[in-house]
Amino acid sequence: MAAVHTTELPAGRNEDAINEVRRVLERVTDPEIPVLTIADLGILRDVLWNDGGIQVIITPTYSGCPAMQTIEQDIRAELNRNGYADVEVKTQLAPPWTTDWLSAAGREKLLEYGIVPPAGSSAKQDLRVPVTGLACPRCQSADTVEISRFGSTPCKALYRCNACLEPFDYFKCL
Amino acid sequence: MNRDLFQYVIRLGDNALINGQRLAEWCGRGPFLEEDLAMTNTALDLIGRARMLLSYAGEVEGKGRSEDDLAYFRNEREFRNFHIMELPVGDFAFTTARQFLVDAYDYHYYLALQDSADATLAAIAAKTLKECEYHLRHSSEWMVRLGDGTGESHERVTRAVTELMPFTAELFAADEVDRTMQEQGIGVDLDSIETSWNKEVERVFCEATLERPPTSFTRGGGRQGLHSEHMGFLLAEMQSLQRTYPGLNW
Repeated sequence: MAAVHTTELPAGRNEDAINEVRRVLERVTDPEIPVLTIADLGILRDVLWNDGGIQVIITPTYSGCPAMQTIEQDIRAELNRNGYADVEVKTQLAPPWTTDWLSAAGREKLLEYGIVPPAGSSAKQDLRVPVTGLACPRCQSADTVEISRFGSTPCKALYRCNACLEPFDYFKCL
Repeated sequence: MNRDLFQYVIRLGDNALINGQRLAEWCGRGPFLEEDLAMTNTALDLIGRARMLLSYAGEVEGKGRSEDDLAYFRNEREFRNFHIMELPVGDFAFTTARQFLVDAYDYHYYLALQDSADATLAAIAAKTLKECEYHLRHSSEWMVRLGDGTGESHERVTRAVTELMPFTAELFAADEVDRTMQEQGIGVDLDSIETSWNKEVERVFCEATLERPPTSFTRGGGRQGLHSEHMGFLLAEMQSLQRTYPGLNW
């Protein structure tokens, strides 16, 4: 079993120790899209030492996304497994999560996984207008059409490629 | 405790909760799979919004009540949602029309609430607004598909709108709580929300070839805890598990 890190850790920010925690958190992934880590998703906002314990600050993707609860439990379990006993997971609402925070690596992983990453910046577009001309992740044709705005999870929409006739998921801008 | 703020927040929370509960009734009963998913996804957003608001209401109240205490252990007269939220789901046209009228309201409401002087409300509003955009886009498109669709769908959505319109006056009727909150820069200006809402409704009705029906009467009282006969049944279903096994956890 790994050493138990507790009160001897310095208060405030200790870069090495915090980076170590972040490395452990690299193993926590989205339960619905297991190729993405919580850092890739942009929901891991901060890691702090607080009164001898670790405080992990996350922000929810969609208000009602049930994955958030699992992610919280996974963060705690992963840190506990690595010897961090005192872990607090805090949810922070502002600024609200946006798909603009998806990392470049995360976008690549999504595409490899068969999910088209968000097209363009969420800050610069009207979410009320449907997205057209997405390239099919299988055959790259831009002849694609939205089947349903709401897919298997709140963050995805369902599209179909008219060239290869395969359906695919699109990670919506938010 | 700031009583007005508590009232203001719990009203918003109850609207989201009851609207979400109604919409979730479609789970497994949607007209086709994609729409079933769309309605339950929207319901999930609404219940998520209710959780944030009711948690905050409990915090403002300062008596240690959690979101669950507020959702599951209050009686009918303590709920502060608008009547339009509690009406039974009806047919798909009725659910769609209600959702459109409410989505248009929510979108403009939370757009304004983003600038609230209350930092928590502003944060919740900014978070919820982006979801409102998706909801409004979805229900607006359905209004057009139904209104400008077949004779049957046009007739059904016309009937739904005629039935629902009298319940919309309540959305804009400011009372003492709204006025106090607006004066403190916390609440929104309902008059300006009404203007934006009217424009949105006119625009979509026009595209959907729907006439806006005249309203000869209005219904209200939800925010005073005076509900319709439907509310008790809704709560009985929503609360039965926690009432039977208080404090039950998954």
